[in-house]
Amino acid sequence: MQPIQLARPQLLNAIWAMHDVKGFLDNNDIAQLAILFNTSAVEIDGVVSFYHFFHRQPSGKHTIYLNNSIVSELNGFEEVRQAFEKETGAALGKTDPTGTFGFYETSCIGLSDQEPAALIDFFPVTELTPQKVKTIVAKLRSGAPAATLCDEPKNNIRYTPGERTFILKEYTPGTALARLKDFEPMEVIQQVKDAGLMGMGGAFFPTGIKWEGCRRNVSNRKFVVCNADEGEPGTFKDRVLLNTMPGLVIEGMALGAYAVGASEGIIYLRAEYRWLKEKIEQTLEDFREKSWLGDHIPAKLPFSFDIRVQLGAGAYVCGEETALLNSLEGKRGEPRTRRYFPVERGYLNKPTLVNNVETFATAARILEAGAEKMRKLGTKDTPGNKLISISGDCAKPGIYEIEWGMRLGDLLALCEANDPNYVQVSGPSGVAVSMKERNRRICKEDLLCGGSFMVFDKSRDLLKILLNFSNFFKHESCGICTPCRAGNFILNRKLEKLQMGLGSLRDLVEIEDWGATIKQNSRCGLGQMSPNSVVDAIHKFPEYFDQRVDKSGSRLNRGFDMDAAVREYEEAVK
Amino acid sequence: MQNPITITIDGKEVQVEDGTLLISAIREAVVDLPSLCYYKHIDPPLGTCRVCTVEVNGRHVASCTTLARNGMNVVVHDDPTLHDTRKAMVEMLFAEGNHFCPACEKSGDCDLQGMGYQLGVNVSRFPHLFVDRLIDYNPKRMVIEHNRCIRCRRCVDEVMSSDGKRVFSFANRGNDTEVAIDYEQEATLTETQAIHAMHICPTGAILVRGKSLARPFGDRKYDIGELADSQTVPIVFPEVRALKNGEKKVIATVSLAGCFGCHMSMLDLDLGILDLVELVEFNKSPLTDIKHFTKKVDVGIIEGGCCNSENVAVLREFRRKCDILVSIGECAIWGGLPAMRNTVPLKECLEEAYLHSFTSENEAAIIPNHEDIPKILDKVYACNEVVDIDYFIPGCPPSANHIWKVVKNILFDKEYSVLLSEFKYD
Repeated sequence: MQPIQLARPQLLNAIWAMHDVKGFLDNNDIAQLAILFNTSAVEIDGVVSFYHFFHRQPSGKHTIYLNNSIVSELNGFEEVRQAFEKETGAALGKTDPTGTFGFYETSCIGLSDQEPAALIDFFPVTELTPQKVKTIVAKLRSGAPAATLCDEPKNNIRYTPGERTFILKEYTPGTALARLKDFEPMEVIQQVKDAGLMGMGGAFFPTGIKWEGCRRNVSNRKFVVCNADEGEPGTFKDRVLLNTMPGLVIEGMALGAYAVGASEGIIYLRAEYRWLKEKIEQTLEDFREKSWLGDHIPAKLPFSFDIRVQLGAGAYVCGEETALLNSLEGKRGEPRTRRYFPVERGYLNKPTLVNNVETFATAARILEAGAEKMRKLGTKDTPGNKLISISGDCAKPGIYEIEWGMRLGDLLALCEANDPNYVQVSGPSGVAVSMKERNRRICKEDLLCGGSFMVFDKSRDLLKILLNFSNFFKHESCGICTPCRAGNFILNRKLEKLQMGLGSLRDLVEIEDWGATIKQNSRCGLGQMSPNSVVDAIHKFPEYFDQRVDKSGSRLNRGFDMDAAVREYEEAVK
Repeated sequence: MQNPITITIDGKEVQVEDGTLLISAIREAVVDLPSLCYYKHIDPPLGTCRVCTVEVNGRHVASCTTLARNGMNVVVHDDPTLHDTRKAMVEMLFAEGNHFCPACEKSGDCDLQGMGYQLGVNVSRFPHLFVDRLIDYNPKRMVIEHNRCIRCRRCVDEVMSSDGKRVFSFANRGNDTEVAIDYEQEATLTETQAIHAMHICPTGAILVRGKSLARPFGDRKYDIGELADSQTVPIVFPEVRALKNGEKKVIATVSLAGCFGCHMSMLDLDLGILDLVELVEFNKSPLTDIKHFTKKVDVGIIEGGCCNSENVAVLREFRRKCDILVSIGECAIWGGLPAMRNTVPLKECLEEAYLHSFTSENEAAIIPNHEDIPKILDKVYACNEVVDIDYFIPGCPPSANHIWKVVKNILFDKEYSVLLSEFKYD
């Protein structure tokens, strides 16, 4: 009898199903998957090892992932880590001897406004303290499931601009969809174009042009994919959107599908947001019941569309749209070469529309309110509003819906940042901003922001922050192209050297040169943006770096530390 | 041509078929462009190494993953920074892996070496990372040397078992990315298939037990012949002070953590050395057996890296006493063979050598230490990690011709170029 075989896009789900049973995959599991997918074991292993939530060794009855992003690090990561290690008996990166707990660190889990935060069995726990850790672990030990212990993460919507609120205003399900009765697909695209909508995930590509491009490509099968792989450290706006109004996002996807002529939709949800999956799926179910999804969606032209949720498995690079498509196809999440746009050949080589959560939500709002309404907001080049996730050293971290064009200083005042020194705009791959730039405006004409806005006050050490970012890129590079894989590792060593106080002026020049090499030559946005923060910081905080490097021009390299170099030997002969 | 389009390559207009891969268009126009991971028969191209980077309309692109479109303005050589970029990619690969050319089976036939020679890489601007990597002896026929893998992906794409399953796959992510092998599939390969896999690996990462490459060392692709000796690598040498009348230039040499092989290679200047002694004065050097500096020196030649505290002290003294320092040979340049220990903790090395070796007597064995003997460093350091170095002559040992040209440059201030065949890492 022929063994049952599964289509490759099912691979991630198949791995999850097995993984959920015992918390890891053993060699037998891999072999079984290889048979199911008619491939070699090494190929399965290649996929499994790409995603950091998949384990090949036991990861405990309860698996704990503590967020190691910078905001967590500055808010008590170390004490919380020690508390977890003490209470569970598991050292970081391992399980305890009984196999009850597995304890790991992970990059940003989208809870930067309530750090330190962790996922326990993929349920979120926030604002952790050693005391809270003690209580949680004790309860887990006594048999309470993580689902009953977790926190309901706060949405922390701190600011909406009153009458001028566009995205986070009250939501009446079905309103945007109902508008389809009045529109031809091209008219929907025209609305989006007229409104001037751009990709809110951070790339800011004109959405209307993307939709039109996808519509133009004739195919019997097209897809609409919602990129809910919100991985840029410090961003959590998509989490709040999906938590508060998943319906709005779904409506946006349906509009997109109607506009481009697609009938299948996928929400690629990052594993860090697995706790939102049920809610989203329930909403999809409600929509189907109301015929807002399915075969007979009321619209001007015959229209059928449905959506499924695909869970990711832990890989920042999957937020890059072509990497996301590979991941959807059950492959390693490596970005594709840019020969075709996804709207030409995307998922399964079919025309595919990929947009971010906020983009779809805003598209739905455009159809509800009309393009002119959005045009009246924001700036000429960036009409409308933007959701900003603020975290770090301010009294009111959370979500801010701002009109494009707001001044940086005003936003800092809104979130009550008392002593800001440095703001990292758009996450580690974004722009480092000093307080001399308070008057800059957040908009395309001046300073774009993809959503992450991390505030650091004067007490924070710049190099510690930059090193955290560098560690992130070192681990999250997909590894396929030389400059990003090797270059980020090399830059990371350089920053370590600076942090040890062994840097010279030449090191700063080299960071800039090497950073440019990585930026210009990497395959995808991850590599192209990865050196931004450190290169910016060197430019914008010269006083800081001046104090930390040797400027004597000595030809004896200060980077060589004799004491450190002989320490191991002295230990060995003691 | 069905749909001819016009693109500009280094200011020259050429006609190509619309949608041709840019790298092919450039090469068809007889413009030389290096690449490591591009092979005509692999479609879509791998696009992993980024060595074929050119500039298109002001932006860097990998020419192997870009299609030629009408009106494209392509810069390949007109902007010298592009050459430097391509060189940087190759240097990164050297810094990332553990490429001990003199100890590698593939040496001479290795595309990474060839690319290094062609682009004139005499030192990696990036410090070597020395990550401990596996040598996988588990496969039936093959040995996978992860230290040498450049992750070009060629084997992943090309090596299939008879029933069409992949033998290799990328594994892990980030700086841990590596190429993994499937033992079960590997065992199904015929000997011919296995040897083919060894041959298509651009470096020496895939080896087949008991099989060597056809040609002997010294006689291989990048040793002779196939690289035309008309091709040269331009070298810029730092300026040396002007001499007063009748004055001789002063040279000092030393061997630190090296084998004296580079000094032997200096002797390979043959008769040239007789001219040399007329023209220069040797100060501190094993060649003269002068132990201490007696005056300021123009050029210091350093063989070997720094493996102990004495090496560091000597090197620092050389830096203070010499106007120009030249690192000669792989050990001085980046650690070389002694740096093979850099991926192993020092304590393990010492214990293996002095406590657990066959000849050590259990009771008496100690790790040598005394206030009079130098302290061993945690790893072997390249000379330019300890002091500034002005010029690098690669090779293990370097070619005498390369050394001679450097010497001539110093003495006569003459510009010169090194031939590709004089550029060696092994």
